Formats: sequence, C-alpha cells, structure tokens
Amino acid sequence: MLKSRHLLGIADLEPDEITLILDTAEAMTEIAARPIKKVPTLRGRTVVNLFFEPSTRTRMSFEVAEKRLSADTLSIAVAQSSVTKGETLLDTVRNLEAMAPDMIVMRHASSGAPHLLARLCRSAIINAGDGMHEHPTQALLDAFTIREHKKRLDGLKVAIVGDLLHSRVLRSNVLLLNRMGAEVWACAPPTLMPTELSRFGVRPTTSIDEAIADADVIMMLRIQHERMCGHFIPSTREYFTLFGLTPERVRRAKPDVIIMHPGPMNRGVEIDSDVADGPFSVILEQVTNGVAVRMAVLYLLAGQEAATD
Amino acid sequence: MKLLVKGGRVVDPANGRDGEFDVLIEDGRIARIGKSLPADGGEVLAVQPGWIVAPGLIDIHVHLREPGQEHKETIATGVAAAVAGGFTAVACMPNTDPVNDHPGVTELILRKAADANLARVYPIGAVSMSSRGEQMSELAAQKAAGCVAFTDDGRPVASALLMRRALEYAGMLGVPIVDHCEDPSLKGDGVAHEGFYAARLGLRGIPGVAESIMVERDIALAALTGGLYHVCHMSARESIRAVRAAKARGLTNVTCEVAPHHFVMTDEALETPIRYDTNVKMNPPLRDAADRDAMLEGIADGTVDVIATDHAPHHADEKLVEFDRAPFGIVGLETCVPLVFDRLVHAGRIGVSRAIELLSTAPARVFRLPGGSLADGAIADITILAPDAPVTIRASALRSKSKNTPFDGWQLKGAVVMTIVGGRIVYRNDL
Repeated sequence: MLKSRHLLGIADLEPDEITLILDTAEAMTEIAARPIKKVPTLRGRTVVNLFFEPSTRTRMSFEVAEKRLSADTLSIAVAQSSVTKGETLLDTVRNLEAMAPDMIVMRHASSGAPHLLARLCRSAIINAGDGMHEHPTQALLDAFTIREHKKRLDGLKVAIVGDLLHSRVLRSNVLLLNRMGAEVWACAPPTLMPTELSRFGVRPTTSIDEAIADADVIMMLRIQHERMCGHFIPSTREYFTLFGLTPERVRRAKPDVIIMHPGPMNRGVEIDSDVADGPFSVILEQVTNGVAVRMAVLYLLAGQEAATD
Repeated sequence: MKLLVKGGRVVDPANGRDGEFDVLIEDGRIARIGKSLPADGGEVLAVQPGWIVAPGLIDIHVHLREPGQEHKETIATGVAAAVAGGFTAVACMPNTDPVNDHPGVTELILRKAADANLARVYPIGAVSMSSRGEQMSELAAQKAAGCVAFTDDGRPVASALLMRRALEYAGMLGVPIVDHCEDPSLKGDGVAHEGFYAARLGLRGIPGVAESIMVERDIALAALTGGLYHVCHMSARESIRAVRAAKARGLTNVTCEVAPHHFVMTDEALETPIRYDTNVKMNPPLRDAADRDAMLEGIADGTVDVIATDHAPHHADEKLVEFDRAPFGIVGLETCVPLVFDRLVHAGRIGVSRAIELLSTAPARVFRLPGGSLADGAIADITILAPDAPVTIRASALRSKSKNTPFDGWQLKGAVVMTIVGGRIVYRNDL
C-alpha cells in the first residue's frame, strides 16, 4: 500500500513504497508480453490526462498504461494561452472534477502546481512533471531500468550530466537514488547547477570525466537550445566539447555501464549519436519500462482509492 | 475638547521620555505631559499599568491599492486596517492604476483618506512618469499636492542616471527618494530567494545580491549628490552591510527600512508547513537564516532606521494559483505590532524604546512627517499597546480587504489596545 492517495513526488515516498512500485511494475511487464495486452483492473475508472505543457513520451506512456488497465481515459492538452485567457488552474480542474474522474495525471510548467490541486481538489493527483520540481514516474522508470540491468540500486555509482538547474528529472532521480542507497554524481557547468547542489545529496563536479569514471550508470539530461539566452552556456558546440557524452568518454565508465536519457535527446549537443544508439544505451528500454511503471502507479493508487472509499 | 490619558508607561524616544506619566490632549494636540495631571474637566482614559503610551505608529510602506485596484484594498479599508494595527499614519505607494505620478492622483488619495477619517495618509509620488523609469515626474508639483517621498516601488529606479538626477532634484525639495532595490537582470523571472529551498522546489531564484548591488549603487549616488536616500524593504545581509558601511562613513542622508516578515521568517517557509504557499511569496523574497539574522542584527545595532510593513494586499483569487503566477506580497498592517513585540522585544533583541523609535520616531524623521513625538504642542497621535497581551492572528478577522498573510494562527505576545489620531479614539481593542 502507498501511504498517500496522490503521487506528487519522490520526496513523499518511503524506500519500501519505491520498492513496492518497482516490484508491481515488474508484474506489469508480463501484460505487455501477452497477445492481448489488457487487464480489467481499472475498468469503470476514469483517468484524465491533463497536459499543460507539450509532451509526447510521458503522455503516450500514461495513455497506454491506462488503456492496458482498461480505464476510461480522457486526454486534454491545454495550450497555455487559453489558460491565460482567464480560467485559473483550479477552475479548470474543478470543472473536470464536476465530471467525476477518479484520477488526474497532470503535467504543468509551474513547480508545485500538482501540490496546489492535491490540497484543494478531490481527485487523486499524479504528477507527470511540474516545472523544474519533480517528475516522479520518470525517476521510477529509470530506477526500474537500472534495477533490471544491475539487479540492485544500492552501492551503484550513477552520474547525471546536463542541465541540472532546470531539470525535474534530476531532482526526482536524486531523491530516489539517494533513498535507495546509490551514489550520485552530478555534473554540469556552474551556471546550470542548482544553488547548494551538494545539499541535495550528490557529488557536484564540473568534470564529466570525473563524474563518469567507473560509473555503473550514466544519465544524460537534455540541453535546451534556448539556454544560450540566459547566458548559461556560450554555445551548444562548446557545451558538447566540455560536457557531451562521446564514445571515448564512455570508456572511462565501468565496462557494463548503461547509458540513459529521459528524452527528448539533442544529438550532438549532450550526447553523440554513436553513444545514443550504441551498445550501452538503454534509452528505448526506458520508454518501454515507462508503461509498466505507470501501470503500477495507477494500479496502486486506484487500490488506495478503493480502500478509502 | 480634552482627553486625559492617565497612567501607563509613556515611551517617547524623540523626547527621551520613558516612565509613568499622564498625557493631556486638548484640541487634537498634546497639551501637557506630567505626573498626576488633573483631568481639567475632560474625559479620562485610564490606562492599565504596564501598558505603553507611545507616539502614534507610522508605517511608511503601505500599498492602499486605490485608485484602480479596489478589489484588493481601498483607502477606507486600508486605513481601517492601519488603525487596528496601531498605526496613526501611513505613507502609500504610488503603484496604483493609474500610477501616482500626478497631483490629480495625490489629491484623489487625500480626499478619500479625509473621507475615511481614520489614519493620516501621506501619498508617495512616483519618481518617473508611470514608474517607467524614463521621464521624471513633476516632483515639486507632487510635493505641493502632498507627496512626502518619491519612489517607483514595485520596480527599481533601474537607470543610474535617473537615480542621480532624482536625488539631486528631490534633494532641492528636501524630500527623500525611496528605492526598491533590485537589479532587473539578476532578478530575471525569479519568484523566490535563490537558496536551497527554491532549488529543491524548482523555483526560479532571486539572489540577495540582486538587491545589494543596487543598494551599493544608490549609496554611491547619495554620496555624490547629497540627496536624501531611503532603501525600502531590505532583505539581504549584503544590503545591511552596505548601509552599515555608509553610515560609518558619515552619510547621514542614507536611511533604510526592514519589513517584519524579513526578520521573522526564512525561505524554509516555502516548504514548511505548506509547500508552495503563495502567502510566503513576496518581493524581496524571504531569504535564508543568515539574512534573517542580519536583519535582526541591523535592527539591534541601529543600522536599520525604520520597520515598515510593505502591506501588499492581494485578492484571494489572485493568490490561489500556481506559485510562479501568484503576485508578490502580503498584508502587514495588522500583524506588525505583535511580531515586533514577540520577536524583537520579548526575545530580548531590543528594548521597548527602540521598538517605538523604529515604528514611530524614525519613520516621522525619515519622511519629515508630523508625529513621532509626544512633545507639548505636537499632534495628538497616540498608540496604546499591551506588550504582554497574547494575540492569535486570524486572517479572517483582519480589517484589510485582503487576507493574504502567512501568519494566520500564529500566537504572539503584544497587542494594540487603542489608536488615537488627532486626539480622537479611532480604534479600541477590547482585550
């Protein structure tokens, strides 16, 4: 059982809850192997996917997960502009709630937006990414992928390299990996490091070579092209020279290193194509595993709902 | 008309008085202060022993929102909140709609304040037209209409040249320039203090130096021009350091203020007790413990001249949104006295006399206002306080039209008993 009826972030999960989600996800992978990839678990339940920010991977992944669990789903992509026309987030969600959904999966550009809803709305809220804050199902699917390959999380050296400052994937992953006993190295230029990064429970470094030396896992984060505007980096070319993951650099890691990326990738900016498509890459597995992990989360939260009804 | 305030501890730093005295008020002015004065046919107001009789408190940083944003506050509700908070006078910020850059707006504010007839209202005019930082407002005309200071508050005076000229020009008029110090490029689209909590919560940060860099610039310009310069709502330890150094250099034309939330709270409030509570979103933001401690130190050692609330009412709907979309600011008029007494006086950081200096004597001096003194012949603006009375702050009970306070439910010690403006009791708290 999960303690909360919402999944707002890894910050709220105990290690045993993380393990429960990962174990449940493992059971869910079996469903994807069936010729008919569907179970009746969430039949009659309504799940709304409310995406205030563009998303392909996460939204599709949730939709597939919901359909495999037989939920009735409704996906709404709200352009930011229509929100700025007047309706507040709270009103948008209360209108949806008037149609009695059981769960709301939300992606929003503002950190803390799902926390606002969890405080003021009836539905169970699943955070599908809030601003620069958390992206809990991404961290869970990353952990699932690591566990599949390494059979454990504790004691692993995980290097996370890229735009740490703006990354919700970093924040959720650090929380989860710390909780599960991994050693996390975080690498970026100082301009893209969050304030007091060492207090996050990571080893900060500006040297990618140091970060990935003997690493079991390398996780690359996307560099948005518009980051040049805030004077974060001079150019994507210089960034790649200093921080890009190349086949030469990968050799410094453990021989059985796995290379991950939450997507969308910028080839030639943070990662060389030879690495992204190479033998150590598990980037597409991450996408596959995303469905199982989200099925597990939906299933466990729905069970929670049933228990509290 | 006579009123004898009998008993109580008169604390009047302007006249070096602190002890048991009676205060006789006649025709809206202080007629006499002395021991065991006769009522002389007037009404007697018996003050309990231990209560403080102080010159009326003055808040020189208040947003009354009228004209233009009456859904947040009106002059009438704002002054009602002021007197309930013990303030006999407030200076109101020009970032209304339209901006107060013209005597017409000043006159409107003064007329509404006269209609409300509670606290005195002193308008602050905009430094520049529409506070855009381009063309200086007609400062002399605004002074003649009743403005007591100039600021583009809500925004900094970003142009060093405009700041220089404004200090020179307003210096001619003997009126201070008040700057909301914040380097626009360093602030960027930040919404919270750039520190551990904002980093963890994924909120864009505003570093302390975004403030202090402009404080330093302004001090240099104050030294150059000799103009009267006042830093509003200081929040960063670097700013305290800069003002302390300026005063040590003998720059008597530099003054500053701190708001209660900056010496009471830290950025930890972004997370605890409620994550992303928009009622802890203000500008400048709540900073870290070292900054908070620097404010306390500056208040104790005299670097800080004035405590002003930056009373910034916002409608509940406006605050009930995503953190980064919510407007900056909290209401402050009705929570100031309990916070000052509980966190400064009872905590042993300052004495009662210093508290009254920060809340009354100094604001009157810095803005050259009547009041702040209980001298014979002074206007009879008096605040009576019960320093040991317990107070539970209730947002729903605030007189302000807006209830955006992070102090809801706080239990503090130090209450306003009575507020007297021009010899007239305008607020009475039945303790």
